[in-house]
Amino acid sequence: MSLIRIYGLFLRHFFLITRSFPRILDLIYWPSIQITLWGFISNFFASHSSYYNNAVGVILTCAILYDFLFRTSIGFNMLFLEEIWSRNFTNLFIAPMKISEIITSLVFTALIRALIGLIPAIILTSPIFGISILDLGYYLFFLFLSLYIFGITLGILVSSGLLRFGPSFENIAWSTMFLLAPFGCIYYPIETLPEIFQKIAYSLPLVYIFEEARNILINNTINLENLYTALKLNAVYLVLAITLFYYSFSVARKKGTLINIGE
Amino acid sequence: MQYLVEVNNLKKNYGLKEAVKGISFKIKDNEILGLLGPNGSGKTTTIGMMLGLLKPSNGEIIIDGKKIENNRIEILKKINFISPYIELPKKLTVKQNLIVYGKLYSVSDIKKRIEYLSEKLRLNDLLNKITGELSSGQKNRVSLAKALINKPKVLLLDEPTASLDPEIGDFVRTFLEDYKKEKKISILLASHNMSEVTRLCKSILMMKDGIIIDSGSPEELISKHGRQNLEEVFLKLTRSKNEFN
Repeated sequence: MSLIRIYGLFLRHFFLITRSFPRILDLIYWPSIQITLWGFISNFFASHSSYYNNAVGVILTCAILYDFLFRTSIGFNMLFLEEIWSRNFTNLFIAPMKISEIITSLVFTALIRALIGLIPAIILTSPIFGISILDLGYYLFFLFLSLYIFGITLGILVSSGLLRFGPSFENIAWSTMFLLAPFGCIYYPIETLPEIFQKIAYSLPLVYIFEEARNILINNTINLENLYTALKLNAVYLVLAITLFYYSFSVARKKGTLINIGE
Repeated sequence: MQYLVEVNNLKKNYGLKEAVKGISFKIKDNEILGLLGPNGSGKTTTIGMMLGLLKPSNGEIIIDGKKIENNRIEILKKINFISPYIELPKKLTVKQNLIVYGKLYSVSDIKKRIEYLSEKLRLNDLLNKITGELSSGQKNRVSLAKALINKPKVLLLDEPTASLDPEIGDFVRTFLEDYKKEKKISILLASHNMSEVTRLCKSILMMKDGIIIDSGSPEELISKHGRQNLEEVFLKLTRSKNEFN
């Protein structure tokens, strides 16, 4: 892998973001609105729910974690879609970039995009709601890491669809996170789901991540098994997603999508 | 005789449809080869396969002694492409775009290369302008600078002067002639502009329905078909029905 080429593709998106104040505002605006809204909901539930009354910040913390997942996934898709919208797709794929370099660069850039949006939102929560996500301690790093990997995995899966089917797959790009959100048990325990949905939920890393976040905040205990399971599932899904991306690239070269998508 | 590009029995099928039906041709060092044909004749598909964007159904493409299917990345470092149908990121400045593509092509001294191309293509006043705000003639020169950023040995041009006014079109043609003479690169030129092809190309391939129906120098083709100019040859060949299949 060439670091220069990876940096080159990062630079393309860095220039794009830093050139445009509305783009930066857009990155910050939605997470801040989302988290402010959930902050007030969180305050209400904390004072009216026996489940949450010992942990004021549980809903808000989960909202922040979910938003990080959402931003990472959508960020990866946006970076890919940006090339299609700007008709730069062909230029990118005739540059001597390996698929692994494209993925690596977009993975890193998606993280930067997500953090640009999330850091101001996290900073907001402390003075407004008196809540700090840092209450999760150093396990926060593992929760964020798991969510980041899963967000990237979803991004790669959707981008594989864009490669294979072209821009008509764009709507799916926006809807994947909403499809999985109910199974992620972000704001409620898994027992809330019907049994059949529980089985689906247990096959995703999300439920282990959010169950553990609640466990840390409500019970002040840590179940490392949940973190390990999430990471193991993430590893499996990530490998599958990358394999699918390579396969989609190969199919796109056979079907001619790479030419049609770029014009 | 040195050939930088060799295309042997190249085929491309999309399901049952045969877009390219086993074509073969070679491009010498320091040569501009014209690729003519009506829309849907297989020109873009052929170029797509040479760029590694399409996987051939059969046949091989050898560029600088290496097969593209096994050495895609290595060959892409040595070639480049320009087409009016693809664009550079519109929101970036010209200089930012050239820096990005300089990095993507691992150009060693990007600053020097941009200075050289800016001088040659009259881009100095445009470097800090937003690419999307340029005129089509200016965008064309910027795309040409991007296509030359990696000092390609082979340049693939798909209608490089389409939609340009005569003055800019002439500037681009003169530039290409001079650059080819100076750097001794090989160029494949797909164009519908017959005077452009007559001026730039010593040899031409005529494509129709996925096959090469004729080839030769512009003078040879005009003489062989008893016509006044290349446009008349083109019309004669493309209007004749199925006699080449």
